[in-house]
Amino acid sequence: MSSRIFGSGIKRREDPRLITGEARYTDDIKLPGLLHMAVVRSPYAHANIISVDASAAEAMDGVLAVFTGDDIDLAAIPTAWLIPDSDLKTPEHPALAKGKVRYVGDGVAVVLAEDRYLAQDAADAVMVEYEELPAVVDPEKAAQPGAPQLFDDVENNIAFRWVMGDKEASDAVFADAAVVVSDTIIQQRLLPTAMEPRAAMAQYNPATEELTLWCTSQNPHIHRFIISAVTGIAENKVRVIAPEVGGGFGSKIPCYPDEALVSWAAAKMNRPVKWTETRSENYLITIHGRDHVQHAQMAADQNGKILGVRATVYAGMGGYLSTAAPGIPTILHGLLYVGPYTIPSAYCESIGVMTTTTPTDAYRGAGRPEATFLLERMVDMVANELDMDPVELRRKNLIPKFEDGHEVATSLIYDSGDYPAAFEKALGIAGYAAFREEQAEARQNGRYLGIGVTAYTEMCGLGPSQVAGAVGFQGGLWESAIVRVTPTGKVQALIGASPHGQGSETTLAQIIGDELGFPVEDIEIIHGDTTETPMGWGTYGSRTTPVTGAALAKASRKLKDKAKTLAAHLMEAAVEDIEYADGKFSVKGSPDKFQTIQDVTLMATLAWNLPEGMDPGFEESQFYDPPNFVYPFGTHIAIVEVDSDTGDIDLRRYIAVDDCGPQINPQIVQGQIHGGVVQGVAQALCEGVVYDENGQLLTGSMMDYTLPRADMFPNFELDETVTPSPHHPIGVKGVGETGTIASTPTVYNAVLDALAPFGVSKIDMPMTSFKVWEAIQQSNANGGGA
Amino acid sequence: MQISMTVNGTVRQGDVDPRTLLVHFLRESLDLTGTKIGCDTSQCGACTVHLDGKALKSCTLLAVQADGADVTTIEGLAIDGEHHPMQTSFWENHGLQCGYCTPGMIMAAAAFVNDCPGASEEEIRHSLEGNICRCTGYHNIVKAVKQVADAAGGDS
Repeated sequence: MSSRIFGSGIKRREDPRLITGEARYTDDIKLPGLLHMAVVRSPYAHANIISVDASAAEAMDGVLAVFTGDDIDLAAIPTAWLIPDSDLKTPEHPALAKGKVRYVGDGVAVVLAEDRYLAQDAADAVMVEYEELPAVVDPEKAAQPGAPQLFDDVENNIAFRWVMGDKEASDAVFADAAVVVSDTIIQQRLLPTAMEPRAAMAQYNPATEELTLWCTSQNPHIHRFIISAVTGIAENKVRVIAPEVGGGFGSKIPCYPDEALVSWAAAKMNRPVKWTETRSENYLITIHGRDHVQHAQMAADQNGKILGVRATVYAGMGGYLSTAAPGIPTILHGLLYVGPYTIPSAYCESIGVMTTTTPTDAYRGAGRPEATFLLERMVDMVANELDMDPVELRRKNLIPKFEDGHEVATSLIYDSGDYPAAFEKALGIAGYAAFREEQAEARQNGRYLGIGVTAYTEMCGLGPSQVAGAVGFQGGLWESAIVRVTPTGKVQALIGASPHGQGSETTLAQIIGDELGFPVEDIEIIHGDTTETPMGWGTYGSRTTPVTGAALAKASRKLKDKAKTLAAHLMEAAVEDIEYADGKFSVKGSPDKFQTIQDVTLMATLAWNLPEGMDPGFEESQFYDPPNFVYPFGTHIAIVEVDSDTGDIDLRRYIAVDDCGPQINPQIVQGQIHGGVVQGVAQALCEGVVYDENGQLLTGSMMDYTLPRADMFPNFELDETVTPSPHHPIGVKGVGETGTIASTPTVYNAVLDALAPFGVSKIDMPMTSFKVWEAIQQSNANGGGA
Repeated sequence: MQISMTVNGTVRQGDVDPRTLLVHFLRESLDLTGTKIGCDTSQCGACTVHLDGKALKSCTLLAVQADGADVTTIEGLAIDGEHHPMQTSFWENHGLQCGYCTPGMIMAAAAFVNDCPGASEEEIRHSLEGNICRCTGYHNIVKAVKQVADAAGGDS
């Protein structure tokens, strides 16, 4: 009896090329006659460009050309998420600045040279005269009258004002509530920091008028769409290839000026052109995440029943509106305000504000971590106010188990959930009651332990295209796939999505193998090339397994039906009498009489003897538009110890119980959670962008921006519950972002729990040792010390 | 400047600008693109290679400084056509996701275990301070390195 490939933690199929250095990322690819592009970038956050003198650069040996914004012929870089009913302004974003720069790093000119070093030397030699203008980096301050204005047509820098819920109804809930807690939460800016910096290389063939663009993209079909619009080259003449891509976390979704510039330059120079950002450049120009100022409140009754949640959010958009930026602090944020709780009222006003900083956009979780943190912070504050155990308060408010749809106050219909099961399982692993005893005893001995517990659900597997349209997303959110079987029974599955580290070449092959019975070694997943693969909207929003996976499962089922019909025909049996197991079709009652899936594939391809009406070949194409989002959920628990002398935080245990439905490959699911948790914990403890008041990025390199390291973490304790999605062909939900969504408030609340004896109720993230130490000192000075 | 070094067992020569970094010489002149560049401040470790048997960040060294040296890159780590045990262990333990930090991570870990067979988990976590991974949360990398360290450590 064979074991089922679905659910098996097999080794990843993509790894042999990655562990040997044989994988080819964009910057690894070279073309004959290659030119290198470097970009002259603004050193000022806000300035008028007075003049550009490129003569010294142009005179350098090996420098072919220097172009400014006035020289290039490209349409503006578009914003592609036009949220409705929000008075949205989409200020023009030229590929190179024209007359004015709006953040440090804004492109002013490009240099094309024979060599990478030379291109940078020449960029440094371009003399630009600026007239500096006042900068503004705080989104709330930027929205006030009198703040420096980035655009003439964006009054008070307000790009949009989006409202969710009924304000009067919400006001009434808060007016009557026994308990109201309030806080201003700073969701600090983060640097996505995919380990592979962004890169783009373009080649143009003037005879065929075809452009090929290799770039670090999570969504090559969207890149084709936008590059075509920006360059004016017809979409059928644009081929976008995302070769090996070294992580994205959202930062490789947008279409940036750089991809358009290499495309234009390749055509202009009639030579291939490559640009690869340095890490310092990446921190200046590749999108940042988060950046909210949230004025948040929660209302509850005397017994701890939560009655409402509301917030006014100032979301920093940066100097231009990036591709999906308006959708992040709105649709992907406010709709998550009730989380896994039975909260009857939710209201959100989200104000998108232009600031003289790097544009923001989707970073792992994108809007949902900001909502989950707000919610979980407020829940702990209510518990504190009522002097209730935060676990008991959560338990009291969790939505009971449901299997097929549950509508919440934000109008979402969650697909399935058993929040109490995951919650109790996690508490059991942590040993919650015993921990509280240990904590009390430790405090007697001057040791400060804390525990944070987060219950969460999130919306992913983006999503129904009709919903995408209704919320202004300028695209669909379906996926498509072709399952193609060769005469010898080997499978090539072509997908429109574009995985870049998630292990989808393995998990998706497991889906096909499970449905069709081909060994997984015989199945290749082909992605990342708009000419080779069918259309798809890309890999983000934890959507590739749920959406592409569904397309592949359905295509495989169609092929299985065809194979069964053909097998019956070949064995001269009735279709109803055909049984299928382990890759073999057999006739009921005569197990010796069988055709393997490979036999049937060959006969379908040869087409010598097909049943009446059957077309030849063994290939299926499938589009899949999900009927709803999927809603993974779970409970995370952190246990920390704070050193009251130094402020050091020791993360002692981290427990994650997640439910993403049936797990196709548990090893890969766990890997997603490990990585997500570390990114989220890092927001709580160490990561944070710092700008000075002039808009200079002070955390502009890995020396200045604190990324998490291996020695900050314990071994994680993972477990799961399994609640299938009722609307999905194989029941699966996404898991790419859950770790990041759940972990930030978990660790944050744990640290504040540890500091409870000091009366510390707030520390702005990241909670560095210094800030923790300062908070303890402040508390001691105020006589509130333990 | 003319330079000559042994790279993955073969003598390689080049004529380089004196300011050329070793990592650029390997990637651009020798087409050994397995060695990656993830930062410009020597933090990330993606460019780690072995130079005369020691793990070293190839972005911190000029190519001319490696003149006469013996360099091993990820492309040369395999032994007689078989994966090095560290490569095998990363694969078995799901110690990589996007793969970009992986060559440097494997080179650093292989050198570390060579120096410290039988290292503890804590020692391994400290040893990885100079290598940044953004995907795995380090959990499975530590597991992968531990497996090799345990095997190398014998009864220590």
